[in-house]
Amino acid sequence: MEALGLLLQGFQVLLTVDKLLLMMLGLTLGVFVGVLPGLGGPNGVAILLPLTFSMDPTSAIVMLSCIYWGALFGGAITSILFNIPGEAWSVATTFDGYPMAQKGQAAEALTAAFTSSFVGSLAAVLLITFVAPSVAGFALRFGPPEFFAVYLLTFCSFVGLGREARHKIVISMTLGLLLTGIGMDTVSGQLRMTFGFTDLLRGINFLVAVIGLFGISEILLTMEERLALRGHAARISLKVVFRTWASLPRYWATLARSAVIGCWLGVTPGGAIAASFMGYNLAKRFARDKTGFGKGRIDGVLAPETAAHAAGTAALLPMLALGIPGSGTAAILLGGLMVWGLNPGPLMFVEHKEFVWGTIASMYLGNVVGLVLVLSTVPLFAAVLRVPFAAIAPMIIVSCAIGAYAIQNAMFDVWLMLGFGVLGYVFKKLDIPLAPLTLALVLGNRAEDAFRLSMIGSGGDLRVFWSNGLVGTLTTLALLLLFWPAITGLVSRAGRLVRADA
Amino acid sequence: MPNTPCRAGRCGAATAIALTTSLLGLTAGTPALAWEPQKSVEIVVAAGAGGASDQMARMLQAAIQKNDLMKQPVVVSLKGGASGAEALMYMKQGAGDPHKFVIAYSLIYTLPLAAKLPFDWRDLTPVSIVAFDQFVLWSNATKPYTDVASFTAAAKGAQPPFKIGGTGSKREDHILTVFLEKRTGAKFTYLPYKSGGEAATQLVGGHVDANVNNPSENVEVWRAGQVRALCVFDNTRIAYKSKVAADQSWNDIPTCKEKGLDIEYTMLRGIFLPGKVAPDQVAFYVDLFKKIAQTPEYKDYMEKQALKPAFLTGAEMTSFLEKDEALHKQLMTEAGFVAGTN
Repeated sequence: MEALGLLLQGFQVLLTVDKLLLMMLGLTLGVFVGVLPGLGGPNGVAILLPLTFSMDPTSAIVMLSCIYWGALFGGAITSILFNIPGEAWSVATTFDGYPMAQKGQAAEALTAAFTSSFVGSLAAVLLITFVAPSVAGFALRFGPPEFFAVYLLTFCSFVGLGREARHKIVISMTLGLLLTGIGMDTVSGQLRMTFGFTDLLRGINFLVAVIGLFGISEILLTMEERLALRGHAARISLKVVFRTWASLPRYWATLARSAVIGCWLGVTPGGAIAASFMGYNLAKRFARDKTGFGKGRIDGVLAPETAAHAAGTAALLPMLALGIPGSGTAAILLGGLMVWGLNPGPLMFVEHKEFVWGTIASMYLGNVVGLVLVLSTVPLFAAVLRVPFAAIAPMIIVSCAIGAYAIQNAMFDVWLMLGFGVLGYVFKKLDIPLAPLTLALVLGNRAEDAFRLSMIGSGGDLRVFWSNGLVGTLTTLALLLLFWPAITGLVSRAGRLVRADA
Repeated sequence: MPNTPCRAGRCGAATAIALTTSLLGLTAGTPALAWEPQKSVEIVVAAGAGGASDQMARMLQAAIQKNDLMKQPVVVSLKGGASGAEALMYMKQGAGDPHKFVIAYSLIYTLPLAAKLPFDWRDLTPVSIVAFDQFVLWSNATKPYTDVASFTAAAKGAQPPFKIGGTGSKREDHILTVFLEKRTGAKFTYLPYKSGGEAATQLVGGHVDANVNNPSENVEVWRAGQVRALCVFDNTRIAYKSKVAADQSWNDIPTCKEKGLDIEYTMLRGIFLPGKVAPDQVAFYVDLFKKIAQTPEYKDYMEKQALKPAFLTGAEMTSFLEKDEALHKQLMTEAGFVAGTN
């Protein structure tokens, strides 16, 4: 096993006092950065990048990737406690995490989220360790039609597997797709729907929308209904952590399914977001008892977190091996690698063995240390819910505003965030789901570009989506999921007819 | 042009004297000789994270910081929205603010023409041109054609037409594709991707047949033997002679003209301050970039990215910009990319 030997060498590089200290420092900074909505991983890494210029590359990437892990863990905290997702892929975590917190099970939800992110990352790191070269090659098979098929699959799984009224899902998704059209259109090189406003040039930032849709609208609803956060203090102790752990083996199928989806989607750029939603939707579909999703089920937290973190970790593979960043944070790490004189690419695994395996070893260590660190803070963060609403609401709004501003240093984004807050409130009153809108905001642009590039490439021939095994399978699966309710309806009716005949 | 050299550790004293004298009213009306930034300086990047401009910004940040060329900190801010239009409008609105500069490239001509952006590079203050980027015609290494002649022959007979991947629409890569069509007589389908990195991996994956990436965008896949460099779109070969790919240096790539394909195109990498800044403020930055050009970080970066070194300032730069703009206007009109004409 060449990989094992190299990995051990990697651990040897890492297990020095100063590297471990850097790791702890990075994780702690990361958790703080992650807890502030909008600041998030990419900004945290960007702000701290200059600090690492004087370090050797391995120390630098260890510290930066630990900030990244910390921010991922931290993002789950705000999703669960305040319904504010810190990163695109934490959106699905709010669906059941926030209701759990409201039922007084914040500690359980946090423990579940942290543990499942650990499981997801671990699965992906194992994948990277043992099959790195062949998996990296897989990403090369993705041309425009393949990318579009993946996005289509995600959109269709929403419509086909959603519990809400289908027309409402479609309304929400369509509005999201319309909003992503604002700004520059890469394919034609023209500006669309900017109406001459400079602020609209850059389009609607996804995080600004999400902070408003989830965070602000929740505050509005709470103000109207009860002026108190419902999560009253549950008994909070480390005992909860162990109790939650004891219940996890029951959900092994959910964990395994999400880990596989995550690893698979992680090696395609932008996959982590798609993975978290798909992990959630599939958990919902395959659960034996389908009631209670969206109202605070623990597997509703486990599924998206495992998938998102498996994908987020697996996304580092194409970055190292092909130089394609899988996420915003990965893109900034990529910039850092160049400053340290390392060029990610196919030769990275050959020429900079020590660095690559040091990084992979830091993924193992960073996740273990990170899990211990955040779990020990669960009681602390869960206690935040005991603070009276009147005291905490202004703080949430202020940190939302800071977060929205900090993403692009634009005051316009703060107004936009408030606007989305009102929109989110209206949607909740009308029982229109918010998730399809956010999904469309994240993937709409990429899906549109991929579709149009496919059409340019094939001269307008739709058969390009069935032109090889990979894309054909994805497209067929997508259409199958879209019409899933109709298909199951037909099958059961046919079954009844057969039985009536007999 | 007044140009006070400002070595590390000496500027402070100079400013202190300048400040005291102006406080005393002795030099009222004349600008202090050694202006220097009063707060952190922002490098505005008109492209996304990880792209060529971002990498240059990180290099500048590291070069300034490691060599102590400026007392105030340097921050990089990414304004790649709307294919870089966001950065241009941001700079235009920052008139009079000497604490930010943008790393500009040919988008200063193409965006106003293609997207009717209300922008003119004369809205900003040119500081210096720090490099030129060259373009190379690349093909997939597994394909049978090994030089310009066999590539052109294969492209002419191809059905469906060959696909060329590039960054964005109606910009440098797209312009080059149109001129490839005109000069070779072959038909190409142009696929606009979001970045040069994406265009590189799509070529390796066989989803497009060629790209016209900058050396830096394709260097890694070239070294790995996955792509082949057919020719460089310039009047001279790239200067760097050390071996990069298996048995080739940048200098071994022939120019397209040598191979009978008469297309020349290079792209500036220039530094601009916002409009309405004082001459001594411009002088500070001109001097800063002169010093940066001497740092090992800069030299190392130029070779690694295979950029063509250059240093133009003042009137020389302005006259270059005017000529370059006229050229782009002509190329884009010929290609039918000017908004409202197609």
